[in-house]
Amino acid sequence: MLTPKRRRRERRAAFLMIAPFLFIFTAFFLYPTYSVIALSFTDAPLIGEGNWVGLANYTKLLGDRLFHTSLWNNFYFVLLTVIPTTVIAMLIALAVSKLKGRMQALVLTLFFLPYVLPVSVVTMIWSWMLDFQFGILQPVIAAITGKPVPVFKNPYWVMPMIAVVTVWWTNGFNVLLLIAGLRNIPADLYEAASLDGATPWQRFWRVTWPLLWPVTALVLTLQLILQLKLFDQVYLLSNGGPFNRSYVVLMQMYREAFQLNHGGYASAIAMVLFLFIVVLSVLQFQLLRLGGRK
Amino acid sequence: MTLKQARNLAFTGLVLIAAAIWTFPLYWALTTSLRSENRNVSDAGWLLDELNFGAFREILGNSKLPMWYLNSVGTSGIITLIVLVTGMMCAYALSQLRFPGRRLLYLVVVGSFMVPVPALYVAQFVLMNDLGLVNTWWGIILPQLVVPVVIIVYKQFFDAIPKEMREAVVLDGGGEFTLLFKLYLPLNWGITAALAIITFITAWNNFFWPFLVVTSEDMMTIPVGITQVNDAFGVAYARVMALALLAAAPVIIGYLIFQKRVTEAVMISAGVKG
Repeated sequence: MLTPKRRRRERRAAFLMIAPFLFIFTAFFLYPTYSVIALSFTDAPLIGEGNWVGLANYTKLLGDRLFHTSLWNNFYFVLLTVIPTTVIAMLIALAVSKLKGRMQALVLTLFFLPYVLPVSVVTMIWSWMLDFQFGILQPVIAAITGKPVPVFKNPYWVMPMIAVVTVWWTNGFNVLLLIAGLRNIPADLYEAASLDGATPWQRFWRVTWPLLWPVTALVLTLQLILQLKLFDQVYLLSNGGPFNRSYVVLMQMYREAFQLNHGGYASAIAMVLFLFIVVLSVLQFQLLRLGGRK
Repeated sequence: MTLKQARNLAFTGLVLIAAAIWTFPLYWALTTSLRSENRNVSDAGWLLDELNFGAFREILGNSKLPMWYLNSVGTSGIITLIVLVTGMMCAYALSQLRFPGRRLLYLVVVGSFMVPVPALYVAQFVLMNDLGLVNTWWGIILPQLVVPVVIIVYKQFFDAIPKEMREAVVLDGGGEFTLLFKLYLPLNWGITAALAIITFITAWNNFFWPFLVVTSEDMMTIPVGITQVNDAFGVAYARVMALALLAAAPVIIGYLIFQKRVTEAVMISAGVKG
């Protein structure tokens, strides 16, 4: 049994230990969360006081054509990245896990390397490779379409190419998670399947796929949330253009707040994204739990 | 050679080719940076056929790159240190101590995972402005100090340490801080290193927040600073690629040295065990 004195000491130690984190968390996370909610109901500029306007920002958003475009582009980008990157990552993970020893380490390193690069390095390299006049990939594009294409200035090419760059950049993360998942599948299951005369194809669909599903679902969720937060690549590669064809929600938040000085309206945009992601996370979490129960 | 061996060899070869294609952009950046500007826009082939370090020399001599390195190293280093120390203390309390509000605190930490941080940037900018921290290191640092995953990972590892191990320290009269720094931390150096590296790389690579809170060139971090030079150069591909490679060098080298730890950290922080 704990004496009251020891219990008091334990509590005091606990509060001393959580205090630094709690202070940081409250000041730079909870308080901004509160103030972005509060700001979204005002007509405040970025810096300075505003008036309470109720739901005016939100009703304005409902009719804002640019906001509809942004939401659509976010959705389009999710389509272009989430499932493709998961499929590519799975193919790579399956291939890498077949290799052994040093060869496996080398190949994994090469596939993971882009993930550690700063985003602006990634966009600089790809802008050069896709340069309209001198880009080394333009002959490839010309072979497909018959002529070179200024991809980040072309309304049809812009989003798919930003998706390609993004998949190249972030795919290594997914490969790692899937490899970890593959390693957790007991080897004797494969042996048993082989003894039963299962073809490699059957082994994949009967053993690998169902047992890997929790990790696959995790990758899909993390990608969905990550890709909804698209900003950096768009800002650096196309700046939302051409004709707003790569304009996304965070781009609009940035422009409204930092260029048009509409702090309140920008906060309302942030809140919509916020709600989208929280709802998706909760939904996905529930789905994962249901999947795990089976 | 049997048929099976031949097939294995062919498979390995194919995977290697795929990996080489995947890494081609980095190879191409290197090749470009080592050529003269003229050759890049005239007769450049696919092979590395020139070793011209002029672009690198010019970047190191005529840009603010050294200053941005300093800003990046300083801010990312401070972020890593504070995140780890505050995180491990909070995790220790959550894992080993009983105090009112413990469950609530843990729920809040886990729940904050779901908040998309960029949605807070407007409010965080207003706060940094009120505190007079725009265009300062602390302005860059403070909003990046909340990394709940560090607490969750540490808590899992602290939970796994057998309670009996505490007794020896407690009998010697050691308090909770002694327990954390003399027992729990030393037992978890591996995971501490992994978390430190991944926190550092994440902070180093953050673009959006430093881009918002810093407008003066002297205070910029690497990822933001290099975009300025890019604009100023116009058409100068060797120099732009040299700049990109110099900016990426610390993380690439860091990754190659601490590869195992990075891999471990990525897997653990996503809740998957390798």
